[in-house]
Amino acid sequence: MSTTIIWTIVILSALGLVLALVLFFIAKKFKVEEDPRIDEVEKVMPGANCGGCGFAGCRAFADAAVKAPNLDNNFCPVGGNEVMKKVGAILGYEIKEKAPMVAVVRCNGTCTNRPKTNVYDGFQSCKVKAALYSGDTGCSYGCLGCGDCVAACKFGAITMNPETGLPVVDEEKCTACGACAKACPKHVIELRNKGPRSMRVFVSCINHDKGPVAKKACAAACIGCGICVKTCTKGAIVLDNNVAYIDSEKCKLCRECEAMCPTGAIHGVGFPKELDKEAVKARIQERNRKAKEAAAAAAAAAPAPSAEPVK
Amino acid sequence: MAKTTFRIGGVHPDDAKLSRGCAIEVLPLPQVVYISMAQHLGAPAKPIVAVGDKVKAGQVIAEPGGFISAYVHSSVSGTVKSIAPRKDLAGNYMTHIEIAVEGDEWMEGIDLSDTLVTELPDDRAAILEKIKACGVVGLGGATFPAHVKLNPAPGSKAECLILNGAECEPYLTSDFRIMLERSKEIVIGAAIMQKVLGDCRCVIGIEENKPEAIESMSKALSELKYPNIQILPLKKKYPQGGEKQLIDAVMKRQVKSGGLPISVGAVVQNVATSLAVYEAVQKNKPLVTNTMTITGDCLPVEKQHNYLFRIGMPLSYIAEYAGGVPESAAKLISGGPMMGKAIANLDACTVKGSSSILYLSEAATKRNPSSNCIRCGKCADACPMGLEPFLLNRLYKAGDTDGLEANAVQDCIECGCCLYSCPANIALLDNIRLAKGQVMGIIRARAAAAKAAVEAAKSNTAK
Repeated sequence: MSTTIIWTIVILSALGLVLALVLFFIAKKFKVEEDPRIDEVEKVMPGANCGGCGFAGCRAFADAAVKAPNLDNNFCPVGGNEVMKKVGAILGYEIKEKAPMVAVVRCNGTCTNRPKTNVYDGFQSCKVKAALYSGDTGCSYGCLGCGDCVAACKFGAITMNPETGLPVVDEEKCTACGACAKACPKHVIELRNKGPRSMRVFVSCINHDKGPVAKKACAAACIGCGICVKTCTKGAIVLDNNVAYIDSEKCKLCRECEAMCPTGAIHGVGFPKELDKEAVKARIQERNRKAKEAAAAAAAAAPAPSAEPVK
Repeated sequence: MAKTTFRIGGVHPDDAKLSRGCAIEVLPLPQVVYISMAQHLGAPAKPIVAVGDKVKAGQVIAEPGGFISAYVHSSVSGTVKSIAPRKDLAGNYMTHIEIAVEGDEWMEGIDLSDTLVTELPDDRAAILEKIKACGVVGLGGATFPAHVKLNPAPGSKAECLILNGAECEPYLTSDFRIMLERSKEIVIGAAIMQKVLGDCRCVIGIEENKPEAIESMSKALSELKYPNIQILPLKKKYPQGGEKQLIDAVMKRQVKSGGLPISVGAVVQNVATSLAVYEAVQKNKPLVTNTMTITGDCLPVEKQHNYLFRIGMPLSYIAEYAGGVPESAAKLISGGPMMGKAIANLDACTVKGSSSILYLSEAATKRNPSSNCIRCGKCADACPMGLEPFLLNRLYKAGDTDGLEANAVQDCIECGCCLYSCPANIALLDNIRLAKGQVMGIIRARAAAAKAAVEAAKSNTAK
């Protein structure tokens, strides 16, 4: 009995030793050289594997970052500038700071603003709904309300508001990975600059229909009237195909466009004070009046020098 | 004769042909029609009339926008009021020509009489040209331009013209009615198409739930005595009217994945298309009318109709004329209940391929909540293309486009058998349709890239 046990132990140990030796030499011979920095970079990554950087996951990002000549095109939106600084320190690259972004829902077609014209009883998915028809309201551009963005968010930052039927982004949780923007078949969600102290102004509509059609479909639609473009002194607003767009780089957050918008399609969020529309309108009128006077004065003054012959 | 059917999959929904007894009635003209530029598969047509122009019924108002495209004719006489985007029945914008109706004056040379012209023309090219000029498209559902299908690429030979009288969709009876009332015209149309395809044989497939149609078509056939045309009664099974299914049922041949019917020597045309071909070639009449069914489970039989409509009539006008939308209707569908499209916009207009307005009750349309897949395999049994819908659904959710292509998602004909048979009410077709779109996009991009590479190589060698 005891000899059997002894022999078993001896044979298995010998076998283990031989195989270990074989594995040792194979491992040496076929060793794959991998840059140790990939592991280091991966360690400082957030580890969400969300794909917001454009790579399959954090490891794939680390691999790409190590091989890249610089880090201008590799950016982890979840980790933001802090993580990128650490990555840069490991790899010895300089990091250009990027302004923090946030997902913004550019539709204000709430149940009251945008009445339903038909009932959708199919599969509850925005993608399926968008493939079947233009939607259950008169607006064929806005939010479909089936929550594909909610399902796409890995950080629990988006929820549907049952009262408005629109998604709400929790700015604290949003990492600007862009998964929701990709999931939205109507491209309603946009990644925008978060803005100083989370203050920003944006057009909450993407309806390209002409004014009367858009207005009929939704009370809060951008009707493409162009008043905001004329109001903006910074040249931050462009009107393209019946819808206005505010360039967040140029916008100085004066909120004049918001005050002037006839349908309330322009939203200012994160501001400490409520917008006093009347005061802003009065200010703009005053400015316009002064500009007119100045122009008239200039026109009156202009012929004067020409009256005197130039010597 | 032994009845036959296709061999793979299929389901047996209740055929509910409630309006089978309703003779075709001619709809009176509305005040205004809106004629869509996208009434066919392929590129939208380009308008060639201007606002304010006077047009006659049968006049060309738009020309093809590409190789796979078709002429569009005015269905009424009157004045062009506008050429502007308008919402179609799914709510998407498409250019429509609005024509205010004034009288009912037709173009010269169009024979509107009922006299049967049995003498067949001889010149093959002239027949094809006429079919093209009259804007004839396939009326079985896909609205593929008929002149393209009837002119197979050089090197391929049509052995059999299959006339589709299956009408496998429940409720619809427009094909059934024309087979009863216009059987001789359909047979002559078939003989014309036979001639175009080089005197191949012709089989008219009709499902056994329409014995009157089989009888009436047989009678027309024996009276007209065209050679080499036969009628084949088919067992009732959905989707028998699918092109590839009908080829299998009639010829016992399978079209391989990605192949065209002509690769097995078949050309399939609907009976309504045959009628349109007859009218185009023998009567010089463009495709501006078609037959549609007004039916549904919540519509009393006396309110059901089969109408001969002019293209461009607003659906709301037809619904109004037929007695209004019943209050118990939960869903309006254009087309059959299996493959038709829900009407989101009743102001939309009829197109060449319109086949019905279906009023379905809530009981018939309600979708029960879905639960988990239990791998029962009913969807795979039901799929007439031999696909595995449960697998495709899973691959789509995982975003595996390579796997989807390997499992032939691009072969899906969107018949809805998987969804119909699923005991867990899983939205199989909804996801598979999206997956098919994705994969088709990839295949097209790949083909375009290959073509560009070949052309680049050519230009390099030329230099």
